[in-house]
Parts: sequence; structure tokens; C-alpha cells
Amino acid sequence: MTAVAERVVASAAETFARRHRFRWYEALPWLVAVAGYFAFPDYLALGSQILATILFALSVDLVLGYGGIITLGQAAFFGAGAYTAGLLAAHGMGAPVIGLLIAAVAAALVGLISGVVVLRTHGLTQLMMTLMVAVMLHEAANKANTVTGGADGLQGMEVGPVFGLFHFDLYGNTAYFYCLAALFICWFVMRRIVHSPFGRSLTGIRENEARMHAIGSPVFRRRLVAYTISAAMAGVSGALVAQTTQFVATDALGFERSGNVLIMLLLGGIGRLYGAFIGVPLYMIAQDRFAAIDPVYWYFWIGLLLVLMVTFARGGVLGIVDRVGAVLRRRR
Amino acid sequence: MHVQRTWFYGVAVAALGAVLAFPAAAETVKIGIITTYSGPLAPPGISMDKGLTLYAKLHSKDLPKGVTVEIIRRDDTGIAPDVAKRLAQELITRDHVNIIGGVVYSPNALAMAPVMTEAKMPFVDMNAAAAVLTTKSPYIVRDSFTLQQISMPMGEWAAKHGFNQAYTVVSDYAPGWDAEDGFKIGIEHDGGKVVGSVRVPVQNPDFTPFLQRVKDLKPKSLFIFVPGGPQSTQMMKTYNELNLKKAGITLVTTQDLLIDSELPKMADIPLGVVSSGSYSAAATRPANKAFVTAWHKEYGANDVPDFVAIQGWDGMAMIYDLIKKTGGKFTGDEAMKILKNYKTTESPRGPFMIDPLTGDIVQNIYIRRVEKIDGKLANVEFETFPMVKDPWKQMHAAAK
Amino acid sequence: MSEILSAAVSIGFFGLAFAMVLYLISVGLSVTMGLMGFVNLAHGVFAMFGGYAVTTLMNSYGMPFWASLICAVVIVAMLSVAFERVLYRRLYGGDELDQVLLTIGLVFMSVAVAKYFWGPLAQLFQPPSELRGQVDLGFREFPAYRSFLIICGAVLVTGLWLALDRTRFGAKIRAAVDNLRMAQAVGINTSGLFTVTFALGSGLAALGGGLGAELLPIYPGYATDYLVYFLIVVSVGGLGSIRGPFLAALLLGIADTAFKYLLPEIGSFFIYALTLVLLMWRPRGLIGPS
Repeated sequence: MTAVAERVVASAAETFARRHRFRWYEALPWLVAVAGYFAFPDYLALGSQILATILFALSVDLVLGYGGIITLGQAAFFGAGAYTAGLLAAHGMGAPVIGLLIAAVAAALVGLISGVVVLRTHGLTQLMMTLMVAVMLHEAANKANTVTGGADGLQGMEVGPVFGLFHFDLYGNTAYFYCLAALFICWFVMRRIVHSPFGRSLTGIRENEARMHAIGSPVFRRRLVAYTISAAMAGVSGALVAQTTQFVATDALGFERSGNVLIMLLLGGIGRLYGAFIGVPLYMIAQDRFAAIDPVYWYFWIGLLLVLMVTFARGGVLGIVDRVGAVLRRRR
Repeated sequence: MHVQRTWFYGVAVAALGAVLAFPAAAETVKIGIITTYSGPLAPPGISMDKGLTLYAKLHSKDLPKGVTVEIIRRDDTGIAPDVAKRLAQELITRDHVNIIGGVVYSPNALAMAPVMTEAKMPFVDMNAAAAVLTTKSPYIVRDSFTLQQISMPMGEWAAKHGFNQAYTVVSDYAPGWDAEDGFKIGIEHDGGKVVGSVRVPVQNPDFTPFLQRVKDLKPKSLFIFVPGGPQSTQMMKTYNELNLKKAGITLVTTQDLLIDSELPKMADIPLGVVSSGSYSAAATRPANKAFVTAWHKEYGANDVPDFVAIQGWDGMAMIYDLIKKTGGKFTGDEAMKILKNYKTTESPRGPFMIDPLTGDIVQNIYIRRVEKIDGKLANVEFETFPMVKDPWKQMHAAAK
Repeated sequence: MSEILSAAVSIGFFGLAFAMVLYLISVGLSVTMGLMGFVNLAHGVFAMFGGYAVTTLMNSYGMPFWASLICAVVIVAMLSVAFERVLYRRLYGGDELDQVLLTIGLVFMSVAVAKYFWGPLAQLFQPPSELRGQVDLGFREFPAYRSFLIICGAVLVTGLWLALDRTRFGAKIRAAVDNLRMAQAVGINTSGLFTVTFALGSGLAALGGGLGAELLPIYPGYATDYLVYFLIVVSVGGLGSIRGPFLAALLLGIADTAFKYLLPEIGSFFIYALTLVLLMWRPRGLIGPS
């Protein structure tokens, strides 16, 4: 009897341990990213924007996909990071990596403070509160023109070379690898978080909050930690865009940014860590192509893509992959 | 049947090949245009594109022999400096353009400035109005305006004509502040005074609280700046609804509030309102009459060109002038030498030139009054402030 | 003293008028989102097309204002039934995020469609001659159209409240919302009911778009630019209530106007800050399900 129980426990432990192991396909995005560098040397500027946006979408995935927190205000943290990096660079502290770290801390602070308010609510109310936080920061950035430059944007940013060695060049070589490295590190951290007991409890809260309360899990505190980490990641993403563009304006805090990143993530699929890696490139490349072919009406085509997606392929691209996988398994 | 079709394809492919191969042999000047084509902020971008497209269409025959122009259009989607900068990088490194033009919104142009410097790429700014822009790179020239340049003459005019106690209402963002600034300099220069000011949110559905406040304070005149578009129509309607005119408060404003493309939407409300601007579709100069006729022929009788359209048109004229003078072959530095010394008397807006020192535009600013011509509202010019420079640069040069 | 009184009257009147516009454009959303539980971010699309229908019928076909308004409501309500049958229906009771994605897709398409057919600029809207100018109430003049909007809002909220609280139709809807399976079990045709409700919500949106065109101009960015306002009113008011959004619109409209009048420099912050505070105080809305 005990032997059986032990075996059950062992096999359960084995199953859980297996989840953390790296699979072959997890190397794919990185191989594609490196291959993309050599295959499309003319598209590196777009490439680095895609990489930074993947990180932004990843931050949304942590709160939405794992924490079950619906947010329309993630741009608040993106903007906080972008302005922090921008202000540092405009005041003679242009070392990029240090800028990224400080931006992460600043954005995390904004996340922590707003999280205390926002996370006490649910559903539509929560969504509205996240939105209000972002809208108010946007207004503040517009108003505080002596600090932020207002609607014209922050003037005089001078971003130094990465590690004092690599200048940001016209072709986007440095920017591409800089964004790739930042994304890789953040992805690695997030992967660890998601597979840790903390990550598991987050999923538990998403699936059944009452139950997690019942088993004594500190629900609010867990959510707040997740929200803060997510804010830090969004801040890094904002700082990346600010540093590689060498410019920040109030659009960094805009409602459109929050909305677009949500769409991109949903396109890929949420709560899977890889939705961002599929949705963001898909959306941004589609947008780039549509906009080049039909600059005035591309909105129509991207809207149609979304409608078709929801109608025929719910759960995003990864949802389709799942369904195809299930069919194949059944055949076998 | 089958054989015939194959034969047909063969010819088609050969013809296509010839078409593709031929221009490569001649000189092709690639012009990259970055502007806002999509989204809620698109109207000025589309107007600009219409202006520059029309110029290119009507003047392709004036190009030197063997030179063709290719326009590559890119959509910056609105106020999105990161996108605009990327598009500029791509136009330079991937499409190998020879010159870049366009851009409606200042943050986008400001983000592009360092790219222009690094690539030594000439850039003709066709709208972005932040005064500081042309100081950000030696490779930028501007054919539009700065808000101070437009609003300062309005202030001077108001002071001289007895409206010397003014209240200002501007949109609460950088262009609004610039307009407020310019008007104040102008009115104080001629002995007038700004007795109060209020800044209204950029996205604002209801202007009544702000204008009601002004009405209660009863200044002699009211200066308004809001960006041209739906907001300007709303502001005019509110002005009318609150009966400010009857209360003895005279409205003075910039061309943004009475933008020609919005005038038909305002019914008879703005009749008699005085504004300052660089261009009016109703101007009677022969060059403008020809331009407006060509515009109606191309885009329909109900489509009215506005000042952004003329900036697209003139920007293209500057680029064509550059091509003519160089035969289509130029480096960035050669181009800037020609562009910065550009001078014309034949623009639909009258004479203008580029200040070789700053790269900024020097142009006539007209004082206009809204009147009815042939049953349609028009901004009729009645006074000219000749060849106005950007006051911001003059002040900041003096400070240095 | 009289100045203070005059300022108070101004704030009261214009605040009320703005509140009614907020209510008129949002009430349709509180029907679809509140009663049917569908996160319909495309609400503004129906309002916008209502506005386009009104202005086009008036300007291009010379139809009178009242007739255009009725036509617009009918046209949009009928169109919305097609949308409901083909697209919305599939997502009832489904994942909210799918609903968000679908309706944002519709918003994007509407921006392009509106620009294609009507051009990028705002539409000309002129109130009928009887609603232009000022109304003299003896002690003071008030703009006629705004006075008219205030009456419209009052009539609408009473009518809707009666229709949903006092009729069989209203009772059926509430039953279906509270417990779908039970409603079906007692023989209510919930599928047809939802179609009618959706048409009602969209028709109200069109009415709001048409009536409000004087204050909120009709142009391609309509559905995105005013989305925040719709959402604020509905979330502060509370889902599934007719009077909630009315109260919320009153509160926000008057407070917003007052702040912009008294403290214009921070006026733009105010509506957002107030929303945040109200949501903290009453997370389920002023009048929400308990």
C-alpha cells in the first residue's frame, strides 16, 4: 500500500518536474530570431520593435494569462519605464543597461502602488481601473512639460553605447541584439516564475479563487507580486523602445498601446508563455505588410483578420495548434 | 486555346520585364513620404498626400530628361515616434531613398531627426510645427510654419485694432502653448495685454464650461487655438451657442480653427471671424486660382484644399526644384545647400523662402476674415504681414 | 452674489446637457453589456453609423431631422440583427476575451469603412430650425438644442425603465439574464429575446449617435475616441441597470463641467480621478447587482 502511494507521489513529482524541463521547441523562437538576423538584414529595425513588443506582451500574459487580471492599462508601466530611461538619458546618464534596470524598478513601483488599488476589484471594474490609471499618467505626462517635454516629446536624449562598446547604429544591428538579450533574460525569469510554486498558485487563483482562499493562500499578496513583476517587465520593454528610438513622447502611455498589445497576445494565445512569441510577430508583420500595400485602409484588413480569428479559430494560433494536436492524437 | 494562352503569358512576362528593366537604366529619384494615412489622426496626412501627389502628377513633364520620380509612401499610424523613426530607417537602408518628406506630428519628426543627421538624408518637413525641430538636424528644412509664427501677427493685429484686452483659450499640449506664447508676444509688442488664459484638454467633448467662463469675465477679445478637425467645428459651435459675439467678445484665432476643409461644416456660424494664417483656399493670387482649379478637377468640386495640402504641394515643389537643379543626382549635403536657399514667388500661398541659417520657413502671414463667396464660406485675406520669421528662433538666438 | 448664482446656473445647465449626451450614447451599451453580459466594445460603431445615417439622410436626401432620426434607428437596429445572428451569437456566455477581440476587430473595420464612404472629416450636422438658437426662460437664455437633449434624456430614462421594469418583455429579459437555463425551461424563447435586446441596444446607440452629433461630431475615429466615455458611464453606473448609468452620467457630467469651469487647469484629470474614486467606493457600480 505504502509502496503504491510512494509510486504515485513519485510519478506525480516526476510529472511536475517534467514540466520545468526545457523542450526542444522552446529553442525555436531564439533560433528563428538569430536566423532572422541573417536572413532579413534590411528588417532589423522592425525586428527590434517586434522583440521589445514581445516582451511587453509577455508582461501582459503574466497578469492576464496566469493571474487572470484583465488589464487595459499596461501602457502605464510601459510609459513609466520609457520615461525613466528617457529622463536618465536626457540628464547625462545614458548607459543603456543601467537605464533598463532603473526603469524596471520605477515601473515596478508604479505597478505596486496602483496594484494595491486595482487588485481589490474584478471584471469590468478592474479593467476600468487599470485604464484610469494609465489615462491619468498620460495626462500627467502631457501636463508636466518642464519634465517630460509634453506632447512634443522629451528632448535631448543621448543614449550611450551598450557596455560602452556597441553604438546604436542606423541599420539596427545593436538594437536588435540588445532587445533580443533583454527579452531572453526576461523570458527566462518569467519561465522560472511560472513553473515555480508561486506560479502554480497564481494559476490556482485564476482557476478558483475561493478555493485558494480556503486553502490559506495569500491571494491578494500573490496577485500583487505578479502585478509588480509584470509592471517591471513592461517597464523594461518601454525602456528598450525609448533607448532604441532615442525618443519618448506621451504615446508611450496611450490607450492604443494597451489595446494593441492585448490584441497581439490574444492572437497568439494567452496563458502559455509562447502566445506572445507568435501573436506579436504575426500582428506586426501583417500590419507592416498591409500598411505598405494599402496605407489608408489597412485597419480594415487587420480588423477582418481579428473577426475571422474569433469566428473560426478561437484561442489564438496556439489554440489551433492544440486542436490539431488533439485530432492527431485521437487518430493515433 | 492552351497554346495561345501560353504564348500570351510569355509576351506578358516579357513586357513586364521590359517595364521593370527600363527605368533602372534611367535616373530614378526615390522620394520617401512618411505621413499619417490611417487611424483617427489621419485627415491632415491624407490632405498632405493629396497635395504632394497632385504636384507630382502635374509636373512630371517638367523633370529633366531621363529622370523619373518614384514616391514610396509609409504610414506612421498617428503620433508614434518609434514607428516614424523605424520607417525612416527602413526607407534609407532598405528602399535607398534619396530624400524624405512629409510628417504631420511633431514627436514623429523629432524622433526622426537624429536618423537624418546620421544618414545625411535631406528631410522636407511638410507640417510638424514644433519650433525646435529645425535645430535638431542640419538636414531638415520646413515648408509649413511654427505656431508662434502664425499667432504672433494675430496678437499684433488685435492690439492695433482695439482688441487689446484678450483672453486666450488653447488646447493643453505643446502646439497650444506655442500658439498662446506667440499671441502674447504679438499683443504685448503693440501695447495690448492678455488678461487671462485657460488651457483645455486636447480630447474634449464639451467646450461650454471653458467658454462660459470667458463669457462671464467679458474680455474685449478672445483668442482660440485648437487643432483643425472635429474639435475646431465643436469650438465654433459652442462659441455660437453661448452667443459670445452678442456679448461683445470678438473672436480672433489661427487658421487651425477655421481650416478650409472644415469651413463647410460650420454653417454660417463663423461669418466675420478674423484669423491669421499662411494659406487660404480663397486667395485670389493667379497661382492659387490655378491650383484650386486643378484640385477641384482632380478631387471633385466639393473637396477644398487646406493649408496642410499646400504644404504637401510646396514640399514637392521644393524637391522637384532640387531635382531640376541637380539632374536628379545629389548627395545629402548638396541637396541641403539647394533646399536651404530655396525661394519662390509662385506658390499658391504667395512668396516664401527658406532661411539658410535655420532651415525654417519665412513667409507671408495673412489676416483673413470669414465671408460668404458664391454661397460658400471662405477665409478672405485683407492684410499681410510680409515675410515673417519664426519668433521663437529669433528670441532664442538673442538669448544666446 | 448674482455672479455666483449665474455661474451655478451655468454649471447646472451645461452639466445637465453634457450628462444627457453621455447617457444617450451609453445607455445602449448598458443594455447589451449589462443585460446580455456581452463585452461589446463595438458599441460606438453602431452609434457612429446611426450618426452617419442621420447626417447623410439630412444633408444628401433633404430628409427632415425627425424622419432621419427614426430611419437611422431602424436601419441600424436591423443591421445589428444581422451582426448578432452571424457574429455575436457564437460568443454568448463564452470567454470575455473572445468578445473583446471580436468587437475590437469590428471597431477597426468600422474606422476604415467610414473613411471609405464618408471621407476622413467630420460630418456636417445642423439641428432643425426649431431647435436652433436660444430659449428664453425669462431670467436667462439657454441654447435650444441642449435644452432639447435634456428633455430627450429624461424621456428616454423613464421610458426604458418602464419598459424593462414594468412589462412582460422586461421581466423575460431579466429572467433570462439571471438564469438562462431556468428561463429556457419555463418556455421563454431566449434566442429570440436576445436578438431583440441586441437590436434595442444598437437602436439606442444609433439614437444617441444621431442626437448627440451636435456635441460629439461624427467622424471615422468616433468608435475609438469615445469608447472611454461609454465605458466610464456604464461601469460607474453598474451593469444590468437602467437607472445606474443615468445617475452616473448625471454625476460625472455635472461634476466634470463644474471642475472645468472652476479649476480648468486640472479639469481634464477630474473625470478620470472621479471615476477611479467612485469605482473604489462602489466596485459594482452605483446601482449594481448586489
